[in-house]
Parts: sequence; structure tokens; C-alpha cells
Amino acid sequence: MSPFFVITGIVTLLGAAFAMSLRNLVHCALAMAVAFSGIAALYLQLDAQFVGFAEILVYVGAIAILIVFAILLTRSGEAPEKSVLTSGWMAGIAVSAMVFTMLGWAVLNSSAIPKETSPAPVATVRNVGDALMTRFVLPLEIIGLVLTAAMIGAVIIALKEDSQKSKSEDGGQQ
Amino acid sequence: MFDKLDQIFVTALHWLVSYVPEMLRPVVSAMICIAFVMAVFPGVFAITTVLERKILGRIQNRYGPNRVGIPFTKIRLCGFGQFIPDGIKSLTKEDIVPRAADKVVHFLAPVVMLIPVLVSYAVLPFGKHMTITDYDAGLLFFFAVGGAVEVSVFMAGWSSRNKYSLLGAMRAIAQMVSYEIPLILSAVTVVMVVGSLNLSEIVKHQNNYTFGIAHWHVFTPWGLVGFVLFFIASLAESNRTPFDLPEAESEIIAGYFTEYSGFKFALFFLGEYLGMFAIIGLGITLFLGGWTSPVSFLTWIPSYVWFLSKLMAIVFVFIWIRGTLPRLRMDQLMNFAWKFMLPLALINILVAGIWHYMAADWQRWLVCSAIIFGAYAILGRGLMQNQNFGKRIYRYAE
Amino acid sequence: MTPLQACLLISALLFAIGFAGAVTRRHAILVLIGIELMLNAANLNLIAFWRFGPHPEALTGFIFVLFSMAMAGAEAAVGLALIIAIYRHKKTSNLDEVKELKG
Repeated sequence: MSPFFVITGIVTLLGAAFAMSLRNLVHCALAMAVAFSGIAALYLQLDAQFVGFAEILVYVGAIAILIVFAILLTRSGEAPEKSVLTSGWMAGIAVSAMVFTMLGWAVLNSSAIPKETSPAPVATVRNVGDALMTRFVLPLEIIGLVLTAAMIGAVIIALKEDSQKSKSEDGGQQ
Repeated sequence: MFDKLDQIFVTALHWLVSYVPEMLRPVVSAMICIAFVMAVFPGVFAITTVLERKILGRIQNRYGPNRVGIPFTKIRLCGFGQFIPDGIKSLTKEDIVPRAADKVVHFLAPVVMLIPVLVSYAVLPFGKHMTITDYDAGLLFFFAVGGAVEVSVFMAGWSSRNKYSLLGAMRAIAQMVSYEIPLILSAVTVVMVVGSLNLSEIVKHQNNYTFGIAHWHVFTPWGLVGFVLFFIASLAESNRTPFDLPEAESEIIAGYFTEYSGFKFALFFLGEYLGMFAIIGLGITLFLGGWTSPVSFLTWIPSYVWFLSKLMAIVFVFIWIRGTLPRLRMDQLMNFAWKFMLPLALINILVAGIWHYMAADWQRWLVCSAIIFGAYAILGRGLMQNQNFGKRIYRYAE
Repeated sequence: MTPLQACLLISALLFAIGFAGAVTRRHAILVLIGIELMLNAANLNLIAFWRFGPHPEALTGFIFVLFSMAMAGAEAAVGLALIIAIYRHKKTSNLDEVKELKG
């Protein structure tokens, strides 16, 4: 475990903690982007460069931007005056602390975890592409279908309700 | 002799690194490479600012800067010393932060802008054996770090608490997200044909000559379309005219960096130009042969000279376009990206596949060109028919 | 502590943070962010097991993470579209105020 690994781990966890605890939603989204960058750095240290860069491309480049757009579109960019927590927040914290205790106990005491570290595997782009196009080609196709369905669904949900009559006028401008 | 001149920077790096202890060598080598990038590209930026003003002046029938040369001497250099007082001015100006601004985010935005832009230079091949990290998935790396620029634009626009800043940031993000798709899809054709995401491999694939002419990707039907799409998308990505809505001076002052002054403004300016150079460098690498020479009898010219001259040539075209074309309207911008460039980029991927699998003779030129011309004609006609000259209808979230 | 255990602990803590945020915060977008954090914790687990597991050359965990990222993208798009649709109906994205199924 290198010191760099520890630092990225701490940055990731701090980013996640801030993303869940700050009052202002835009700050939360930016902290989330920090957490995702930290996770990408962790992937890089686990010899999964491709996944690390895909993480930055998908999460920081797309999902974080989508979330800040949604924040501004729903006019929640300012910090609210009321409480930001639900009524039963104590129970929620307690359950999540219990979850963490159980998981941590299991991780530290499990006999299924291999003790010795294996050498770094090779996951070049060529290997990943070959795997995607041979062994995992069916899941790849299904993912394509799911993404198309999700995109059409998102557009239909977010469309204005009374768009039936205005559709002919605006020529389908997004 | 010419080989030595070509490899002079690589040799110098090896020579310098050989003087440090074994343990520190990777660190020192990385430091020297970073210093090289930090010295060369801000230098190119400084020259480009003067060049831009002079060329725009020429296009608009005026002089442009022609007085400042080397300070404290009589040497004028046709005004090419202008960047020195400009730099001193922006460094010594007061740094104003609006009272209502979100101080931390306002401070961090220019830094977040500059870091990914500088990091993206790590995978560009500037010359023969002159790639800083010869990374296996260099193209993915480039696009991944480019995604972080959008976050910084949003940070700058939102934290200023100014409606013009926020408008500019939203315009910039919408534009960058829309044009990133044709940008990546047009780069995919090159990846399909070369079979690698490594940028050095892509350049090596173009470094062959038939009848003395290089095998640049731009000299094929799919490559030409890919290059034109990439060029337009990179204009939009770097917020240049005719896609400069995010910082349209006549509408929203300066867009997302309206509330920035002094050094932070200079950082935004620098980040924008460095991003432009990086994306032009990527376009050169993908389609214009990188550091290779176009004709075989000029291969003795050093590779980095080719790279820099191609870079400056495309920068000149960018400035030329800025001096010539008017600004697009927002709906025209979006229609162009989604209804013309995206379908054409997808068809171009199909054409690249056909090109790859057909036998290498004149028939594939015919088939590929026919598909592209047909697609261009149909899509262009569709774009013209969908022109909506009536009153625009706006659509909000609520 | 082996590197694998360190990764698993980080991901367990990340999951707990994401879970705590998702169940305690009021705003719908923050619940979505919490879900994304939990999903990322699971992805980190998969990559850690791929890296330190017995058969890394099969790339199973690696590809699984790529697919899970694609799913996360689809989920975020649909989730945010739902939040915007709810906001348009009720003029709020506070989950405590969105209780009725009736529009």
C-alpha cells in the first residue's frame, strides 16, 4: 500500500462525505466530481487504466454535468433555509453505520480473501476490445439496446405534457 | 546529420537524464518534459495573440499592433513584442472578486480549467519519438481529461453570481456537450482503420509514401469527411467564431469569465488557447499525418518543425474564419450539431468500415465517395428545409 | 492489511456514505448522487477483485465495470428526467413533499 494510494483513498472519501453533507446542492455536485476523480485515480493504481479514463469520461464529463444542469433547471442552486435532512435521519445514519461495521468486519476477518498479491494483470485496449467483441458480445448488444431505450424514455419523460399540439409548430426543436 | 537534428531534443533529454542518479531518473525526465511543454506552448500562445490581432487587422483593413518590440531598445519586430506588456498588464491588474461570489469555487475555476488542458499534452506526439507518455489508450485519455474542462466552465459561470456569467456557462456547456459527440465519432473512424488508440501508432500508420505522397488519412474519402467534421467540432469545442456564443461580447459581455480580472482572466485566456492548440494537435495527429511530411522529398525537415508549422497553419485558418464568418444563433448551432454533423459522422463510420473491408483499388474510392456525397446531399437538403425563420419557441423546465 | 482489504474497506466506507446520504437527505438529486456513490463503491469492489483475484486474464470484473458504468449513465439520465418531470408537476424536488401518486 503506497502513500499515494492512501491519499487518493482519503480524497475520495472526503469528496463523497462532502457530497452528501454540504447544504448547497451545487457544492455537493462539485464534491461528487472530486470523489469520482478520486475513484478514477484508484482504478489507475489498480492497473485498470481503461476503466479509470472511462470513469472520468462518463462520470466527471457527463453525469456531473447532467446533475448540475438538473440542479439549475429545478431552481435548487441556493442553499435552503429549512432543514436538509429527512425526519428519520438518525435511523438512516445508524443503519449505514451498521452496514459499514458489518462490511468492515467481514473484510478484515474473511478467510476467502487471498493473502498474497498476484502480479499486475495486463488489460490493454486490444485485450478489452477482443473480450468485448467475442465473449461479451451479447451483453454489449443488450447494453446498446438499454441505452437507446433509456435515452428515448428520458426524452419522453422530460418532454412537455401539452406537446401534442405544439409539436407541429416548433419542428421538434430540443 | 538531418537525423541528428530531428532527434536533437530526444538526445538532449537522454544526455541530461544520464547525469542524475538511477533512482531519480523517471522523475527528472518527467520534470524536463513538463518544463518543455510549459515553455513551448505558452510561447506559441504569446505569439498567436499578436498574430491574431495582426491578421484580424489585415482582414479588417487596419494595421493591428505594430509598435512594441523588445522593451528599452529601438528594435520593433513589427509589433511582435506586444505580448510582453500585455502579460505585465494582466499580471499587475487588481484581482476583483464580486462580493456575492462563491469565493472558493470562484478561485478554483481557472485552476481546474488549466490542469486538464495541460495534462492532455502528455499523449500528443510532437515529433518522432517525442511523445511524453506513449500511452496505450492515448486518444481515450485525451477525451477523458477534456471532459473536465466543462466542469471548470460551469464552476466559473455559477460562482460569479452574474446572469451573464451563468448564461455564458450554460451556453458553453450545451455547446461543448453537443459538439463532443461528432468530435469523438469522427476520431473513431481513424481508430477503426488503424486499429489502435495509441497516437504514435496512428502517426506511424500515416508515415508511408506512394508516388511520393504521404498516406495521410485526410487523403481518403472517410478521412476528408472526418477531418472536416473534426475541424468544425474543434472550432466549437474551443469556443471560436462562428461558435463563440459562450463569450459573445455583444450579447453577454465575456460569458463565463465576465467576473474575472487580472491574473485569473489571463489564466482563462491561456487555458482557452492551450485547449485550442491541444485539440488542433490532436486533429493533426489523427488526420494530417502528425509530424510526417506530406511529400517524400521533404522528409529531411525535422519532425517537430512539421508539427509546429501544421499547428500554426490551422491556427491561421481559425483566425481567418474568425475574421470572416458571423456568429451562429443558438438554435442553428444545436440543429447543425444534432441534425447534420451527428448523422454524417455515423455514416462516416460506416464508410470507414466499407473502406477497411473492400479491396484496395479504384472501386472502393467510387463506393465510399458515392455514399458520402449522397449522405451529404440528403442531410444538407434536410438542414435547409428545416430552417425555421419564424418566431422561435422557447422551452423551459417548468 | 493487504491491498485488497484496503480497497474493500474504502469501498465499504464509500457505500456507507452513499447510503447514509441517500436515506437522510431530502432533495431528490442528492438521493441520486448517493445512489451513484453506492454504484461506484460496487465498481471499486469489482475492480479490486479483478486485480487481486485468481484469474485476472479473463477480464470478467473489468468488463462488468464497463457495463455497470453504461447502466449508471442510463440510470442518471432517466432519474434526472424524472426529477425534472416531478418538479414541473409539483414545483418542488423535496422528497418529503412528493407523497401522492395522484398528479
